[in-house]
Amino acid sequence: MTRLNIGLIVALLCVAALSVAAGKVWVPWDAWTAADPRSIIIVQLRLPRTVLALLVGAALGLAGAVMQGYLRNPLADPGLFGVSTGAAFGAVLALFFGYAAQLWLLPGFALIGAGLTMALLAVIAGRSGSLILFTLAGMILTSIFGSLTSLAISLAPTPFVSSQIVTWLLGALTDRSWDDVRIAAPLIALGAGLLFTTGRALDALTLGEQAARSMGVDPVRLQRVVIAGVALTVGASVAAAGQIGFVGLIVPHMVRPFAGHRPSATLLPAALGGALLLTLADALVRILPTVSELRLGIAMSMLGGPFFLYLLIGMRRRLA
Amino acid sequence: MSGLIADGIGLTLGATRVLDAVSHAFRRGRVTVLLGANGAGKSSLLACLAALRVPDQGAARLDGVAVQALDRRVRARAIGLLPQAADVHWDIDVETLVGLGRLPHRGRWGETEADRAAVARALAATDMTGFARRGVERLSGGERGRALLARVLAGEPDWLLADEPLASLDPAHQLDVLARLRSVADAGSGVILVLHDLHLAARIADDAVLLRHGRVVAAGAAEAVLTAPLLEQAFGVAVEIGITPAGQRFILPIAR
Repeated sequence: MTRLNIGLIVALLCVAALSVAAGKVWVPWDAWTAADPRSIIIVQLRLPRTVLALLVGAALGLAGAVMQGYLRNPLADPGLFGVSTGAAFGAVLALFFGYAAQLWLLPGFALIGAGLTMALLAVIAGRSGSLILFTLAGMILTSIFGSLTSLAISLAPTPFVSSQIVTWLLGALTDRSWDDVRIAAPLIALGAGLLFTTGRALDALTLGEQAARSMGVDPVRLQRVVIAGVALTVGASVAAAGQIGFVGLIVPHMVRPFAGHRPSATLLPAALGGALLLTLADALVRILPTVSELRLGIAMSMLGGPFFLYLLIGMRRRLA
Repeated sequence: MSGLIADGIGLTLGATRVLDAVSHAFRRGRVTVLLGANGAGKSSLLACLAALRVPDQGAARLDGVAVQALDRRVRARAIGLLPQAADVHWDIDVETLVGLGRLPHRGRWGETEADRAAVARALAATDMTGFARRGVERLSGGERGRALLARVLAGEPDWLLADEPLASLDPAHQLDVLARLRSVADAGSGVILVLHDLHLAARIADDAVLLRHGRVVAAGAAEAVLTAPLLEQAFGVAVEIGITPAGQRFILPIAR
């Protein structure tokens, strides 16, 4: 356990506490007992929402760190494989056909979308283990599912449905219950477990594909583990919260210098940092005095966009 | 059959026959240089020996077993490869970089004392001990080359394969690296190098394999292979072979 991870865990506990207390109604700590009527706010609304923010943030941060290590590109993002767009398209279909009223159907459709994208990727990339083929396939799938989503919006049977789709796509953790946690948690845990096994191979990939293979890395196996792990974590995240950008891109960047730039040492801090960032952002959108709650996806992009620009300005010196 | 052996290796990439019936028994304790003009198949042969490519005929065998059939970790411990590309994709420090060479040895629970000792030895052997904490992005090209060599040395492989390990090094560091490779061979490992520079090849080679269009022109002891007629046949240039007053052989290309 490094100092970095301990610091992140401490910060995470503080932010989680803030997230439970914060909102339209501030719930003080002594209202935690069952005797207080406000305890239902904590137990049925704030707690599942906080747990979900922690899970989704950790999933996105970890998936981002693995993607960046795997592609050896600091600009890679968990959305790059098309898994997140595929999952979003699945969820949009559920909204389109009006299935969203049933609890399990929307996340179920999102997971089918993620799984289908994953299967397509695996078939296209085949046994080659080639990075370029794989990335291009992911980008093409992203654009196909993106256009199908737009098609669904334009063909929506009623304006209500199309606005429902658009709102869902913006991503949020509003009105989530323990049922959503029950769906997302096991999938994210399984995916994260897979992703954490890639550390050693990602370290070896630092020296390029040839050197990594000569050090015993099996590129085909690694690719399968990365696809499955990203599909599970990102698919479950999108099913639970919609599309939330930038967490997977920014967080690995922020923790990397503190982890000595080593890919395997970046994984756990990226997961903790992602959980921290998303939980904090979700608490902030509830605290902000807006008329209707600011969508979390928008808040993250507004936070992420400027940071990305800042990053780019920092890189300008090296790129020039 | 012990040792590392190219056994009738044939390799086709696209429509090109890159290697054809290449056979040679490499020897431990010696430096073997693979020589030939551009496109002669040197790097492809090295890739087959390191199991990065699987030949469509014949096989590279380690102690009688085709290298691609070996367990990955067993192979990685036995055969260390220093690829030509000097990629280091993240700004890790030199000690971490060299420690990557221990990955094939490392157990489930991380670094052992033996790992740390091997890294320290490799750093010392390449004169990089003083750079242990420095990030690779703040190294010069030569320092980076030595750090990457240290990475392979840290794995302490029985066979050290290197593709152009001297490219981009200044003469002083070229001689340094040659001396390290020599001491690896003297310690009993087999060293197999792809080199372009005839002069440097003549300096270090105990054995040489001369390739032309994917076929072996000559193979064996360096003095028998690095001769004017054979080099002319392989490279299409006339060469002058001489001996310096200090007794050092040199090869000088003089005309096409």
